[in-house]
Amino acid sequence: MTTLETAGPPAEQKDLAGEFQDRQTPMTRIRNVLHKYPALSPAVVLLVSIVVFGLLNDRFLRVENLSLITQQVAVVGTLAIAQTLIILTAGIDLSVGAVMILSSMVMAQFAANEGAPGILALAAGLLTGLAAGALNGFLVTKFRLPPFIVTLGTLNIFVALTLLYSNGATVRGSAMPGLLTWMGTTFPVGPVRISTGVVTMLLLYLFVAYVLGKTAWGRHLYAVGDDKEAARLAGIPVNRVLMSVYLSAGAIMAVAAWIQIGRSNAASPNGGVDMNLDSITAVVIGGTSLFGGRGSVWGTLLGALIVGVFRNGLSLAGLDVLYQTLAVGILIIIAVSIDQWIRKVKS
Amino acid sequence: MIDTQHSSSGTLVAESRKPILQAKNLVKTFGKVVGLDGVSLELYPGEVLAIIGDNGAGKSTLIKCLTGAEIPDSGELHVSGQSVSFKGPQDARTHGIETVYQNLAVSPALDVASNLFLGREERVPGPLGSLFRMLDTKGMRQKAKAELHRLGISTLQDVTVPVENLSGGQRQAVAVARAAAFGSKVVVLDEPTAALGVRESNQVLQLVRDLRDRGLPVILISHNMPHVFDVADRIHVQRLGKCAGTITPQSHSMTDAVAIMTGAATL
Repeated sequence: MTTLETAGPPAEQKDLAGEFQDRQTPMTRIRNVLHKYPALSPAVVLLVSIVVFGLLNDRFLRVENLSLITQQVAVVGTLAIAQTLIILTAGIDLSVGAVMILSSMVMAQFAANEGAPGILALAAGLLTGLAAGALNGFLVTKFRLPPFIVTLGTLNIFVALTLLYSNGATVRGSAMPGLLTWMGTTFPVGPVRISTGVVTMLLLYLFVAYVLGKTAWGRHLYAVGDDKEAARLAGIPVNRVLMSVYLSAGAIMAVAAWIQIGRSNAASPNGGVDMNLDSITAVVIGGTSLFGGRGSVWGTLLGALIVGVFRNGLSLAGLDVLYQTLAVGILIIIAVSIDQWIRKVKS
Repeated sequence: MIDTQHSSSGTLVAESRKPILQAKNLVKTFGKVVGLDGVSLELYPGEVLAIIGDNGAGKSTLIKCLTGAEIPDSGELHVSGQSVSFKGPQDARTHGIETVYQNLAVSPALDVASNLFLGREERVPGPLGSLFRMLDTKGMRQKAKAELHRLGISTLQDVTVPVENLSGGQRQAVAVARAAAFGSKVVVLDEPTAALGVRESNQVLQLVRDLRDRGLPVILISHNMPHVFDVADRIHVQRLGKCAGTITPQSHSMTDAVAIMTGAATL
């Protein structure tokens, strides 16, 4: 220990003191706090926007309006969980919306046309989600293709499959067993009406937050997204982790499909594809880094709620839909800028 | 405990003992390029074995084969006399061989404790751990702290700091601590001082001596001759994919070593 004691500590202490002095400036201190709690900035944005929209229009803060926002957010909010898992591994999934629609069509058609009981139809939808996830995961791990390209391809494949399978026909909720539309049913909690879909989404958030934060799988997922090669050298089976992430995401998309059927009381092969971008928006506004390894599902929930609040608040304020889209666009750019700024803590 | 004051008598003493890690005739080719051309190597208890060589001499390939990061085309590996074949880094690890890679293999966004336990996390006891697979974050942090303290790494007190907030030397300390904490038989360090300043280099070299003094043999890959001659008991010289000879800091000078390395002299 001689070297440490003679040459080490005094100089080291000076060095450390320098680092701490550096952290004392208010901006870097804010940055360090944001770096440690990535969900903090979306939380502040959500609170501020709720207050502002509440002041602009007193209908905004009414419980029925707030409950409407949660119901509007349920589908994208659920898809965004899957998107968060994939983005945390430094990937991206453009096919989430298409997988959800395909899965919902399989559920609906299986029940309506083949007369399958609800539980079997759900299982078929879940299998569809898992198969889609497996395909994405297989292409990403075995062929080492960039997730962006893989899911851009599978996005088109799944859209085409959906239209081929459904013949472009919408299945009405009334033609399906009750279980399939169950996610759309609401129940009163005090003065609010909560839908089963919203509760399911929240339970999924709780579950995924636990898995990400408290299990080895979650830690490995962050490590893989952070630095793939480092994770491999640390003995983490990188491809197995990635495959499990894409499979889990596929399963979550199937749940989103179930919620979507309940929400719209129908299964339609059209639309829903732009939900991939909405889910990415929620993740990014929620403070999860597109470069992987950084972020949380709670941030994503906040991000999804922010988008919901903005859309709802702006339309209550009587603004054109175009301005909602404009506002969301600005939010995305601000969120990514903040992420870049926070990441400078590294150097 | 193992006698560590043997270095003055060098190879002779070492060879009278049984090697902990032994490689025989390792061959590794990459297409037409021959990375290793029949390299043998022995590592004895309580010694620091340095591996030196010019760029492309096969140093990195050699240690990658020893640590499971590459699979040799042919040749044998023995750990404590037992024949082994590694299919990945995890296999080498289960045999007690821990590696600190040149690029450190730490996850920047994870904290110090998470990095120390990365890939071998511990769960809380009872159903919470077995059924719900809950990590023992608190326990791992305490153990990480204890391990850093044991290694005399005084500059890392807070194990909840993300590794990216640390200096180069501190990161190196985390990587070395991880290897030392779990390496039951051998610790391999690939260019541990390459990116460090003078003071940080000295700290890492001191860590190497501490590991040896605790009985853990160390394999050290380095370009830096003064560092090699400072801590090594024996020096394995790689040249053009082969072992050009094994020398000791007592038997040869730095100039000799460089001459052997470049082919200007032979053993």
